[in-house]
Amino acid sequence: MADVLELPVAPNPPQPPRVHYLNQTRGIRSWLFTVDHKRIGVMYLASILFAFLLGGVFAMIVRLKLLTPGPSFITAETYNKIFTLHGAVMIFLFVIPSIPAALGNFVLPLMLGAKDVAFPRLNLASLYLYWTGSLLALVAMVTGGIDTGWTFYTPYSTSTQGSVGLMVLGVFIIGFSSIFTGINFIATIHKLRAPGMTWWNMPLFVWSIYATSIIQIVATPVLGITLLLLLMERLFMVGIFDPKLGGDPVLFQHFFWFYSHPAVYIMILPGMAVISEVIPVFSRKTIFGYKAIAYSSMAIALVSFLVWGHHMFVSGQSQVASAVFSFLTFLVAIPSGVKVFNWLATMYKGSISFEAPMLYAISFLVLFSIGGLTGIILGTLPVDVHLHDTYFVVAHFHFVMMGGTVMAFLAGLHYWWPKMFGRMYSEKWARVSAALIFVGFNVTFLSQFVLGSKGMPRRYYNYLPQFQPLHVFSTFGSWMLALGFLIMAAYLAVSLRKPMDAPANPWGALGLEWTASSPPITHNFEQVPLVTHGPYDYSAPVQQPALQGAGR
Amino acid sequence: MSDQVVAAGHEPYLQHHFAKPEQQADASKIGMWLFLVTEILLFGGLFVGFALMQSRHPLAFLEAHKQLDKTLGFINTLVLLTSSFTMVMAVHSVRHDRRRQAIAFLALTLVFAGAFLGVKYIEYAHKFHEGLLPGRFYSHPGDTVPGQFMFFSFYFMMTGLHGFHIIAGMVLIAWLIRRTARGDFSAQYYTPVDLVGLYWHLVDMIWIYLFPLLYLIR
Repeated sequence: MADVLELPVAPNPPQPPRVHYLNQTRGIRSWLFTVDHKRIGVMYLASILFAFLLGGVFAMIVRLKLLTPGPSFITAETYNKIFTLHGAVMIFLFVIPSIPAALGNFVLPLMLGAKDVAFPRLNLASLYLYWTGSLLALVAMVTGGIDTGWTFYTPYSTSTQGSVGLMVLGVFIIGFSSIFTGINFIATIHKLRAPGMTWWNMPLFVWSIYATSIIQIVATPVLGITLLLLLMERLFMVGIFDPKLGGDPVLFQHFFWFYSHPAVYIMILPGMAVISEVIPVFSRKTIFGYKAIAYSSMAIALVSFLVWGHHMFVSGQSQVASAVFSFLTFLVAIPSGVKVFNWLATMYKGSISFEAPMLYAISFLVLFSIGGLTGIILGTLPVDVHLHDTYFVVAHFHFVMMGGTVMAFLAGLHYWWPKMFGRMYSEKWARVSAALIFVGFNVTFLSQFVLGSKGMPRRYYNYLPQFQPLHVFSTFGSWMLALGFLIMAAYLAVSLRKPMDAPANPWGALGLEWTASSPPITHNFEQVPLVTHGPYDYSAPVQQPALQGAGR
Repeated sequence: MSDQVVAAGHEPYLQHHFAKPEQQADASKIGMWLFLVTEILLFGGLFVGFALMQSRHPLAFLEAHKQLDKTLGFINTLVLLTSSFTMVMAVHSVRHDRRRQAIAFLALTLVFAGAFLGVKYIEYAHKFHEGLLPGRFYSHPGDTVPGQFMFFSFYFMMTGLHGFHIIAGMVLIAWLIRRTARGDFSAQYYTPVDLVGLYWHLVDMIWIYLFPLLYLIR
């Protein structure tokens, strides 16, 4: 199929539209009270980028401290707070809402050919809940801080000083924002697909977001009640998690991981969603194994609920439970593997071009594979007993979350940026930044695999002198990462200041979102689209107009 | 479906991004059912915690539950069941365009919900008086088995969260009464009544599980 390079590109609407979603109404109120999914997506995007900056600054402080063993420019107590804030901010304020709430909100209705999500006001409510929860979390940070780690393990979290209660309340509220987003997306996918958009005609992005939403709906309420119980334990000493009072701290871990393991799939599935879109476009090939990728998303959603015990191999849970959880953990690697091989098969003999979104997608493939395979190592019961709570776990987690989700988020951000803002960014600087981020990431975290396997425990303020060279190496990597992100911030900001220059379909992609103008009009499409072909028919020999007017 | 059709004003309740009223109603129902799933999981955590702690401290839970008033609990169960019936009748009425009847049934539901909270207030007042309070505030004299405070931790957390849902339901029902009186609903469009009905039944169902769990141990 590699010989077929001509694309069935959709007819471009006139460019750029004079009135679009960004300028149809003006003023701060028109944004704060909007129900347009695109504006809500943009506000989410700005918020999570701020959270990413905040979490990133905390990460830089942690790495800077670890440059040397022993006392440093921050005390051990401050260090505990900083790494807790890094984890909590990155996970609850940035990664979980990143792709679904920011990019998903913007592109999902466009991909389905809908005018909006099913419940626009609920969508706005979810943003307000996110802001409220984040605000509480910020207040908690400046009034006392939290030093429990992002996992809030009892009994330490119920007895330590500081603003744990406020932080927990903030996360509880953010949880509801996540639930509302999930409910909204599922109803939208079920009821608002354009004529001709059958289930098997949907972009794989939508399938993955669907699977994500299921997890959000089923897992997040359990986190909610867990955090409420933690709050009650702190306020009233109700006894459920405190062994002194006859409670069970391991029950907290079960509750917490019943949410938080599926939650890592809330984080990675949307990443996989973006990759499934980007790779066929820049390989100029039909996606390989469409149904296998769709089914594997659903399989991940299902199996993700059965593996939480692999976080607790050394918690004292029964040997049988550990063995079963270990086995189930291997099982969840299968659907992830199916996806990776399908993406590779998509690229095979394609005409690959290396624009910024594709560079990040390829980074994702490399880094997520390493992250996934080290996950298998950690899921192996006897190995985990040794590697538990070492930098090996830290490195694995960052390979999956940053190497996986963040790379995919960046791929998606660069892929849809022209659609969102109607402007192209500097491709040259984007490539420089992608290279810096890829290399910087590996310098930072590959070294941590070595540190961990040599026995460096996670979350420690101090360490033996023998670990210093690797720590220094890792900290250098974090500076490269920071430089890469600063360059990105600069060229994205510059692109926003120039006049709109993006065509409706800069990448020659086939998704419905590219048939709308860049930026789209408030109602997304001039007419209700009629879908006549699949979203990945890049190998189709005959040019077919992607859309025909319907509903006239 | 273009905006002009909506603007023509035949279906003022139809939001612009839906093509047909049925599509909008279906979407709302999907949303509500998903929300109810999250509610069940929210309470599910408490049920699991209760089951585990009861299995750890069976005697304490057995002794402690004797402090609860089975009669009041039973009356409240009947009250809530009846309120579910009046809610069903309210949905039925609005579906048949009997607006005044619908308002009457909604008002009755509101009265029963208030009665439930009234009985709950009597029970809570009694517990407070006896020092049967959650966690560290527990100060009941003459306990024979240690650890009884934990039963009351759960009693207050579970009935408290349930009571919060009752109050939320009452606010929603009051809102429905106002909208029904205003003439927002008809046989063609009554989705909010339907959905609040679903929510109200779930809140009743949770009580139906809470009653035997807390009041009728063994």
